[in-house]
Amino acid sequence: MSKITDIDLGGWEMVIGLEVHAQVSSASKLFSGASAAFGGKPNNHVSIVDAAMPGMLPILNEAALRCAVQTGLALKAKINTYSVFARKNYFYADLPQGYQISQYEFPIVGEGTIEITLDDGSTRTIGIERLHLEQDAGKSMHDQHPQYSFIDLNRSGVPLMEIVSKPDVRSAFEATAYVRKLANILDYIGACDVNMSQGSLRTDINLSLRRPGAEFGTRTETKNLNSLKAIRQAIEVEAWRQKVVLESGGTIDQETRLFDPVKFETRSLRSKEDAHDYRYFPDPDLLPVVISEDWIAKIQSSLPELPDQKIARFQQEFGLSAYDADVLVADQAAANFFEVVCASTTPKIAANWVIVELFGRLNKTDLSISDSPVSAQGLAELLALLEKDTISGRTAKDVLDTMFSTGKSATEIVKKQGLEQVSDTSAIGAIIDEVIASNPGQVQQFRDGNERLLGWFVGQVMRQSGGKANPSIVNQLLKQNL
Amino acid sequence: MKTFSLANARDLLVNKEISALELIEATLERCSRFAHLNALITPTPEQALAAAKVSDARRAKGKAGLMEGLPIAIKDMFCTEGIRTTAGSKMLENFVPTYESTVTTKLKIAGSISVGKANQDEFAMGSANNTSYYGNCINPWTSSTRSEAQLVPGGSSGGSAVAVAAGMALGATGTDTGGSIRQPASFCGITGLKPTYGRCSRWGIIAFASSLDQAGPMTQDVCSAALMLQAMAGYDAKDSTSIDIDVPNYAAALNQSFKGLRIGIAEQYQPNTLPDDIRALHQQGQDWLKAAGAEIVPISMPYTDYALPTYYIVGLAECSSNLSRYDGVRYGYRTPDASSLDDMYMRTRAEGFGSEVRRRVLLGTYVLSAGYYDAYYLRAQKVRTLIAQDFHHAFRKCDLILTSTTPSAAFAHGEKMDDPISMYLNDVFTVPASLSGLPAISIPAGLSADHLPLGLQLIGKPFDEATVLRGGKVLEDAAKFTYLSENDHE
Repeated sequence: MSKITDIDLGGWEMVIGLEVHAQVSSASKLFSGASAAFGGKPNNHVSIVDAAMPGMLPILNEAALRCAVQTGLALKAKINTYSVFARKNYFYADLPQGYQISQYEFPIVGEGTIEITLDDGSTRTIGIERLHLEQDAGKSMHDQHPQYSFIDLNRSGVPLMEIVSKPDVRSAFEATAYVRKLANILDYIGACDVNMSQGSLRTDINLSLRRPGAEFGTRTETKNLNSLKAIRQAIEVEAWRQKVVLESGGTIDQETRLFDPVKFETRSLRSKEDAHDYRYFPDPDLLPVVISEDWIAKIQSSLPELPDQKIARFQQEFGLSAYDADVLVADQAAANFFEVVCASTTPKIAANWVIVELFGRLNKTDLSISDSPVSAQGLAELLALLEKDTISGRTAKDVLDTMFSTGKSATEIVKKQGLEQVSDTSAIGAIIDEVIASNPGQVQQFRDGNERLLGWFVGQVMRQSGGKANPSIVNQLLKQNL
Repeated sequence: MKTFSLANARDLLVNKEISALELIEATLERCSRFAHLNALITPTPEQALAAAKVSDARRAKGKAGLMEGLPIAIKDMFCTEGIRTTAGSKMLENFVPTYESTVTTKLKIAGSISVGKANQDEFAMGSANNTSYYGNCINPWTSSTRSEAQLVPGGSSGGSAVAVAAGMALGATGTDTGGSIRQPASFCGITGLKPTYGRCSRWGIIAFASSLDQAGPMTQDVCSAALMLQAMAGYDAKDSTSIDIDVPNYAAALNQSFKGLRIGIAEQYQPNTLPDDIRALHQQGQDWLKAAGAEIVPISMPYTDYALPTYYIVGLAECSSNLSRYDGVRYGYRTPDASSLDDMYMRTRAEGFGSEVRRRVLLGTYVLSAGYYDAYYLRAQKVRTLIAQDFHHAFRKCDLILTSTTPSAAFAHGEKMDDPISMYLNDVFTVPASLSGLPAISIPAGLSADHLPLGLQLIGKPFDEATVLRGGKVLEDAAKFTYLSENDHE
């Protein structure tokens, strides 16, 4: 049922569970009023609570709680009306309190699901185990001074959602599809800015191998991957390592590993024996979080259209194929772009131009849709010219190129370069007469039954018109005149 | 000078019989005279004098606050802006907060004037004020049979109790986690009130055990405690565990009738090992309350015996986590020679914390460890619920519960040092109310066989500090306890 992975594991099946840490889009930190903005000078976004000064107490940021509930609802998950913040105790220089406030026994969100699309177009459901809120740690910088490590607490206390999947993922492809879909959902509801390069979405991979149908094997956890490429590579590298160990009669140690994208290997970070005993216990500074069904219902009713709903609507309302709908919805900006174009254009044409022509050009220049030099209105204007037969399809593609490189409007380009399509039958008729008159041999062959020559005549007429003649009128008139 | 109470002094100030400056000068004079008691870690006489002048000016303008011009001492657990706050620890020897705790902010706004930061057991861990990095604090009382012995003031709020008992301040803030206000109040012959958990904000108070810590007033008498609690209490949005509930007028509540109030007496608070003088005082207390119109009701508190071990598991678990922030990274003591991050942690914490704090952090870490959590911490939390239920059931039958505050009078410094358990037993009557978050007061009610103060404790319903104070006033009026003045060692 699931796609075979890109590497051949010789009959071993991967069992993967993913933990995604998504930074909550929130102006302030989870338990203090300090700014949660990315960047800034080191230690500029730090309150006395974040620095764990003596006597400081945490106050839960309700906006972050709301984001978590929203996300849970978008994952069709059970929202727990009773949840508890717990302390995860360990010492590290960038963890000011000496503990991270997280949720352990009673997370805010319980079981849910994510539907992923495989590359054969079929879908698979991946289970969500739980979602909980926690604080991020600060950042240690080891390259600033020969003797000392420096600490930046800007990130300390920033709200994270940890979204834990069930061990339902079976390949690197599924893993990336899952993370992509999750990012997609988070983006739609605005719960996270899903900027992977800034670390707002980080993934830990729990992976083991087994013979299909057998019990789960011992798993390793590969931590902190912040791109889809790294996730795919880390899974393949770690699966291959485990296969080699298992096939040479070895056993897998339960341990935490790091992926090195340069050496293309995973390395042991700490073994199970060295694992921290986090000594979780309910944080006595915070009361249990009790939320009402009413509040949940209110959030539910204010949820925006989610990706799956949009895919369905694009198919029903616009008659798009499942594939086209999927491609457009996979990026919220693209879906919005499409909807603008679509408002004044035949949907299928709009979809085709956005997916094939625009995406193709964006990919080539490594731009995202939000950086597109051609706006949705601009593309709509171009497609209106095409649909009114003012320009031909061929010309439209050239105009799009010019729009892309100059930023000028389609109308302006068409006018300036005189690219309007000629649909005037007498003008086209005159060219046809000329072509017929100067190619008597070919005319005879056509009349003798070589109908394939029609295309050659069309080409001749188009060339003589400088590509501006309306091809369907050319076709029609040629047939009459020949 | 014979000292007077906070409430008396307020009347004198209001009637302009004395000025704040005169009162502060006289108080500072006593601070110097009794400096050998080591009640203050950081005296702040200059700030106090400056504040007194400002206070008199404010009163002259008719803008006097509830505690305008009254000298108080602040336990060194309360963070005070610009004034060193040590928690009695080497770890915070040079720590000067940039912020002021909510409770001390309220006291400042009410016009009170701090004469300094009071000595205490390190991080409030102790029952004798003998774990302070800044030295033992000495009880101003001496035993009639061993006059040479220096007695402990109790703890952890020992400095606060001594400051009030010796008239170095007319009131003091304390914090009570398992008895840290009530036990030193009892040992030093003053009044100490632990309010309901959530009544006073914990924001800016250095944490020992978050689910138990509560700030409260320590004063010479009940009227003063009512006055000071009025200034300290109230909801604080910066403390998630503070409760948004009205603060009644405590002074007014003191005058209400005591007739018909039901006083619960539990046999579990009178173990066979209790000394005769303490047992007799407890009986005396019942008689006094009865004479004032109260009805004595027998109650049963079957889980009382489990309170002490429960307290030490819950409190130590929380302290092991709360004290993790003292790691040498951002503030406080840092070892001068460390070879690695882990080495720095270990040396910093071994050198910066005293032995009792280290003991409690280790025990607390142990009870939270994998494999022990269920057997210790989780079980203790369940027992805690049962203890709270004892009170819940009892308060269906009564309005207040009368107990002794401590199982003994003050003992000498150096005693009980080699046996932490016997030291922990000091808290046996005070921890149940702490575990249940209930308000409780200790009233100086009599003297022991060797002429040392003994306290009686009244425990009340949640947020019913008013009735607790009213009961305390009845005991106080009946006991006519002779305050320090006659026993004033100079």
